[in-house]
Amino acid sequence: MSQFTEICQSLFSGFGLNLALFAGTLIAAIPLGLIVTLGSMSGFKPLRWVTKTFVWIIRGTPLMLQIFVVLYAPGLLFGMPMRSRMTAVLAAFIINYAAYFSEIYRGGIESIPKGQYEAGQVLSMTKVQVFFKVILFQVIKRIVPPMGNEILTLIKDTSLARIVGVAEVIMCAERFTKEGLIGPLFSTGLFFLIFCGALTLLFNYIERKLDYYKN
Amino acid sequence: MPILEIKDIYKNFGKTEVLKGVSFSMEKGDILAVLGSSGSGKTTLLRCINFLETASKGQILVDGKSVFDANENRKISSKELRRKQLNFGLVFQSFNLFPQYTALQNVMLAPTLLAKERDDYKENKTQIIKEIETDAIELLSRVGLSEKLSNYPCELSGGQQQRVSIARALALNPKVLFFDEPTSALDPELTGEILKVIKDLAKKHITMVIVTHEIDFARNVADKIVFMADGKIIESGSPEEVIDNPKNERTQLFLNKFNKE
Ligand SMILES: Nc1ncnc2c1ncn2[C@@H]1O[C@H](COP(=O)(O)OP(=O)(O)OP(=O)(O)O)[C@@H](O)[C@H]1O
Ligand SMILES: [Mg+2]
Repeated sequence: MSQFTEICQSLFSGFGLNLALFAGTLIAAIPLGLIVTLGSMSGFKPLRWVTKTFVWIIRGTPLMLQIFVVLYAPGLLFGMPMRSRMTAVLAAFIINYAAYFSEIYRGGIESIPKGQYEAGQVLSMTKVQVFFKVILFQVIKRIVPPMGNEILTLIKDTSLARIVGVAEVIMCAERFTKEGLIGPLFSTGLFFLIFCGALTLLFNYIERKLDYYKN
Repeated sequence: MPILEIKDIYKNFGKTEVLKGVSFSMEKGDILAVLGSSGSGKTTLLRCINFLETASKGQILVDGKSVFDANENRKISSKELRRKQLNFGLVFQSFNLFPQYTALQNVMLAPTLLAKERDDYKENKTQIIKEIETDAIELLSRVGLSEKLSNYPCELSGGQQQRVSIARALALNPKVLFFDEPTSALDPELTGEILKVIKDLAKKHITMVIVTHEIDFARNVADKIVFMADGKIIESGSPEEVIDNPKNERTQLFLNKFNKE
C-alpha cells in the first residue's frame, strides 16, 4: 500500500469519528436542549434554579474539562468506570451542547411578543394549540441562524476528542507528524473546511426557505 | 335582558389600584365608546373582560349568565374558560396578526381548530373546512380585502393588517366585539379606513365596545359614551350628553384639550 492511500484511509476513518460524534451529539442534544429549556422556564422555582445552575456550570467551564470529568468521575465516584472513551466523549458533548442549545431555544421563545399568545388566547385556542400553531414556527425561524453558528462550532469541537485518545482526524494525522510528515496534519483542515462549507450552504438554504415572511 | 353586564370591577397590580369599581351594561346591538385619558384603565378593563387579566372584585354576565365572578373560588377548567372566551372578540391596538400565515389563514386558523372539537368533524371534514374558508373570504371582502387573501401580514399596510385582525375576530362570531384603540398605531391617513369598517359593522348591529381617542368618530357611531378617569367611569350617557354637554370637570378638561388640537 502506498503511503498516500495509507494517509487517506487513516484520515478518512478519523474524520468518520468526528462525524459520528457530530451526528450523535445533534440527535441527542437538540431534543435534550428543549427539556432543559422547559426546566429553565418552569414556573416551579426549585426546578428553574437547578436547571439554571446546571446551564451556568456547563457554559462556564471548558468542554475539555467536562470530557475529563465524564470520563473519570463515574469510576472515581461510583466505582463504575466508563467502558468506552468514545461514549464518554459523546456524553460530554451531548450535555455541553444541550446546555448551549437550551439557551438559544429560550432566547427564541422569549423573543416572541406576548401579544401572539394573547391573540391566540382571545381566539379561544388552547395553550397547546397556541404553542404548536402560532409560536413554534416563529421560534424556529428565529433560532435557525444561532443554531447554525453553534452547529459549525460543534464539528470543529469534535477534534477535542483526541485529548482522551479517541482517534479522530487530527490525532490520526499527528501519527504521521511523528514520522516527519507535516502535510497530513495541515490537510485535516480541508475536511473541516469542506464540511463547514456544506453546512453553511444548508443553513443558508433553510434561512431562505423560512424567509417568506418578515416579522 | 342586557347582552353584557359589567358589575363593579376592581383590578390592582400589586399595590396600584387600576380599576376601582367599573360597571356598565349593554343591550344587543349597542355600541359603546370608552373615552378617557392615558392611564385611566381602559385597556385594563378590556383585558379583564377578555380574560387576559383576572379582576380582583366584580362580576361579568353575558345574557344574564355569569361568565366571571371574583367571589367564586371554584377553579374553572381551561375548556370552560375557552367556551366563555367565545362570547367575546378583541381587536388589539397592535393587531397581533400571526406573521407566518396569510390573511386568509389568519382568519381561518381559530375556526378550523375549533371545528376539530365538533362531533361530526371526521365525517364532514372537507365540507366543514370549505364552509370556514367561504366564511373567511366573505369576511375579508367585507373589510375590503378580497384582493389580499394570500398576502402575509408583512406585505400589508397597517390599516390592512388591522382590517385582517377585525375579520379574524369576527370569524368566531363573538357576541360582543371589543376594540382597544384600533387606529392609534396607524398613520393618520389610514385611520379612516378602519373607522369605515367599524361603521359598517355598526350598521349590521354588531354589539361593540370601542376604546378610542377619535372623539368625532365616537360621537357619530356610538349609542352610548362612557368617560373614564382614575379607574372609574365618571360620566356616561348619550354622545350629546357626554361629548357636547359634559357635566364633570375632568371630562370637560379632556374634551377641551382635544378641541384645541
Ligand atoms: N401589567 C401591569 N402591571 C402594573 N401596572 C399596570 C399593568 N398594566 C397596566 N398598569 C397600570 O395601570 C394603569 C392603567 O393602564 P391602562 O393601560 O389600562 O390605561 P389606558 O387607559 O389603556 O391608557 P392608554 O390610553 O395610554 O392606553 C396605568 O397606570 C398602568 O401603568
Ligand atoms: Mg390603553
